[in-house]
Amino acid sequence: MQADLPNTLTVAPSKRSAPTGLPRAKGWWLNGLLIVLLVVVMIWSVGIGAVSIPIPDVLAILFNKMGWNIGVVEPQQETVLTVIRLPRILLGVLVGGVLGISGAAIQGLFRNPLADPGLIGISSGASVMAVLMIVLQLKIFQDLSSLSGLYALSLAAFAGAVCTTLLVYTLARKNGRTVVSTMLLVGIAINVLCESLRGLMMYLADEAQLRAISYWSLGSLGGASWEVLQVAAPFLLIPILLMPRLSKPMNAFALGESQAGHLGVDVSKLKRNVIILATLGVGVAVAVSGVIGFIGLVIPHLIRQISGANHRTVLPASALLGAIVLTLSDLVARTIVAPAELPIGIITGMIGAPTFLFMLVRGAGGRA
Amino acid sequence: MLEAQHITHQINRKTLLDDVSLVVRPGELVAVVGANGAGKSTLLKTISRELTPTQGEVLIDKKPLNRFSSLELARRRAVLAQQNPLVFEFSVYELVMMGRYPHFEGHPRSEDLAIVDFALERTGIAHLAGRTVPTLSGGEQQRVHLAKILAQLMEIEEIDQAEAPIRQTKYLLLDEPTTGLDFYYQHSLLEVASELTKRGYGVVAILHDLNLVMQYADKVLLLKEGKALTFGKPASVLTTESIFNAFNLSVHIIHQPELDSPLIVHTRQTVPLPTQIS
Repeated sequence: MQADLPNTLTVAPSKRSAPTGLPRAKGWWLNGLLIVLLVVVMIWSVGIGAVSIPIPDVLAILFNKMGWNIGVVEPQQETVLTVIRLPRILLGVLVGGVLGISGAAIQGLFRNPLADPGLIGISSGASVMAVLMIVLQLKIFQDLSSLSGLYALSLAAFAGAVCTTLLVYTLARKNGRTVVSTMLLVGIAINVLCESLRGLMMYLADEAQLRAISYWSLGSLGGASWEVLQVAAPFLLIPILLMPRLSKPMNAFALGESQAGHLGVDVSKLKRNVIILATLGVGVAVAVSGVIGFIGLVIPHLIRQISGANHRTVLPASALLGAIVLTLSDLVARTIVAPAELPIGIITGMIGAPTFLFMLVRGAGGRA
Repeated sequence: MLEAQHITHQINRKTLLDDVSLVVRPGELVAVVGANGAGKSTLLKTISRELTPTQGEVLIDKKPLNRFSSLELARRRAVLAQQNPLVFEFSVYELVMMGRYPHFEGHPRSEDLAIVDFALERTGIAHLAGRTVPTLSGGEQQRVHLAKILAQLMEIEEIDQAEAPIRQTKYLLLDEPTTGLDFYYQHSLLEVASELTKRGYGVVAILHDLNLVMQYADKVLLLKEGKALTFGKPASVLTTESIFNAFNLSVHIIHQPELDSPLIVHTRQTVPLPTQIS
């Protein structure tokens, strides 16, 4: 093999072999497959529930809405589908997508496949703020069932996410640079603080408030409606659409901060962008659906197992698989104990925790 | 021309570099030599803009380093680091392609693919292109990173014709590049570096093997405790006295007519322990 080495730095263009182009094919296949799968899962799960709607009817209703009349539609089915199911499925898709892609991005930022958006305080900051509002009963939150109350609560959760993340980020900055290991440790400390604040609030809370708190801690897509979707969708879509544009610098970042710098990556700008987009996405996701764990951790890991580490594939594929898994989890959550509903965080936790342990045992945690 | 002018670097009152200057002209391979802790890596990191010196300035073609945009700089100089802590399982191909990142937006162009293929061939790792980097041996990984920095600096016309003039001066900064490489690839790496100097690249390499320095370097900077002892041609810098001064080691320098360069061998005299020196 060594004798085959060319001994000059030139190769005549005619002798140049066709570019191997290894990296692209796999990623396109995977993302294409996931898109098809997502559409199938959405159409399938939108028909399942207390009122069962067969797939042909689902398609008929959807096409009717788009202006193509292809069949007779039952009004009851139509109402259930458009008023209840569709916004919930769409919210699940967006929340799952944003959790998956933010998880992948945060893992890239921390250069650790076991990192998770919850790790740097985004989720706990959001939920602690929501819980504070519920228990302290500020005037605006008194009627939580009203729409304005829900919005105000969501806004508080989002503000909490931004505050904690900024706090972690500033504390972890030294001489204008973010030390990633410090950031992780500060994140852990802040998480503990948020947890005890939430414990204190639970201690002070009455029966009804406790139920509301558990909703925030375990997550649910039950609050979905077109109004909620209207407010949340843009904020959930922004990270999903913008993060894949960061895939090149994030790949270089896997070589370490200094080497990424040598390759011309503006490292502090990259870190800032990832943090802003992840806070926006996960903060709003927690605001509308509570804390849904393990999607951000497990999904990107699974994708890397299939496609390799290139963020050009990993980022969009994590969004797609996150959307698929959350849609399916919500399907389980709303049907398994019907007519009641299980918090969705229980389902994702039950799938996620064993997967996480499996990753640890197999040593897939890299340096961790 | 790459110039480091009167570089002083202090951290917590400890002086790592004390008024060190270095000039690398296009076409030169400059070796930086010295004992462990002499400040070699600090100097290289200052030249690559990873560290900002306490005093002094680094210039490329008379333009201060901090006036370059990071992208501009990435096209002018590439760094082979001593440590390459890669997380995530990137393939060899993907990692070498990262060298082309400063050159394209979005998807790689066909010339980027050609340059990556060439870099893989030239460093003897084409057969490993589909493997994931963490599964390779240390020496193979080092060659992957060499391929990456080749891809980072080379342009398509340089591959097509050996005499193609380079568009602007470019610099290769190598921090102990031969670490982990076998005998064949140590020389192969420095051959690649000297071929690049013939095209007008400037190379700065931290080397420990003084015989490699004698064989390949055009100039040598000898460092001791953060200070520059001498800077000049290898044969005049590396003398029995200067080597004893810098490394505290007695050597013979053998001139053999059939060899191109003198040979440095250690004489097995008793070496004083570090405690006895100070």
